[in-house]
Amino acid sequence: MNYDLILRVGTKLILPFILLFALYVQFHGDYGPGGGFQAGVIAAGMVILLTVTCGLDLAQRIAPQGLVQRMVPLGVLIYAGTGVMGLLLGKNFLDYSVLAHESAHGHELGIFLVEAGVLITVSGTMIALFYAFVERGR
Amino acid sequence: MLLTLLAVVTVAIIRQRSLFGVVILTSVYSFLMASVLIVLDAVDVAMTEASVGAGISTVLLLASLHLIKTTEMRQVRANLLPLFVSIGTGAVLVWGTMVFPPFGTADSVIHKHVAPRYLSDSIKDTGVPNVVTSVLADYRGFDTLGETTVIFTAGIGVMLLLRRSRRRPADDDAETPQ
Repeated sequence: MNYDLILRVGTKLILPFILLFALYVQFHGDYGPGGGFQAGVIAAGMVILLTVTCGLDLAQRIAPQGLVQRMVPLGVLIYAGTGVMGLLLGKNFLDYSVLAHESAHGHELGIFLVEAGVLITVSGTMIALFYAFVERGR
Repeated sequence: MLLTLLAVVTVAIIRQRSLFGVVILTSVYSFLMASVLIVLDAVDVAMTEASVGAGISTVLLLASLHLIKTTEMRQVRANLLPLFVSIGTGAVLVWGTMVFPPFGTADSVIHKHVAPRYLSDSIKDTGVPNVVTSVLADYRGFDTLGETTVIFTAGIGVMLLLRRSRRRPADDDAETPQ
């Protein structure tokens, strides 16, 4: 299939900035608006844009389907695993204070891990769903 | 002004017969809703609404339109019962809002329960200045775990439904409406 040259070049120009914005939303979520959910959707939007303008094959070289499908349960496992860490170290489920020497630092680390889990699950699910629709429509 | 636009878009969605137009209009509706949420100072929710409601869900709906017919079926007979049910539910909901405190009241019940503790102790407890993040990921971490599990379950379900069976490719092609 032939894809429009202007769209292809434009996409390639804008792609790194979308990814950078997703990472900014993810890691700046502690200080400003944003978090794992929004960042996951923006990162998924990047791959979807690439699929629409440059085709499924190129997109799947960057985000392989097997990886994307594994990301869906992986994020939930990271989230739940952070909770179970609290249980194993002698506190309640999802109590982050045991993750570091100081309670506040443990909470910061816990929030970071949990947000990472949300990011992985959300972006994985959205990309995998889009791939499923595209492959079904072929 | 924004609420008027929301009403206009809703009427347009109801009158639209082409499903493509409906999808685009719901995306417009989501963007307007995100603007309303920004006016209400709920930036985190506005961001979610703009990215999920207006972005991803529009793309996924368009992708599913690719698989099905794109015009709405004309209704065979008028159904009065659903109309009465929706009018009744709407009336009950409006009646329920009568007992709410006026908008923006600082001393309503919801602002006196746990919210002051979250606002004053967030930095001391978690070291995170954005209270929305600390409530979502820490104080109410269990709810967010449930939310993530919902996304996981829904994603797995849709992927299983859309997957072509590898064992009987010939049968599957015959069933797929194009």
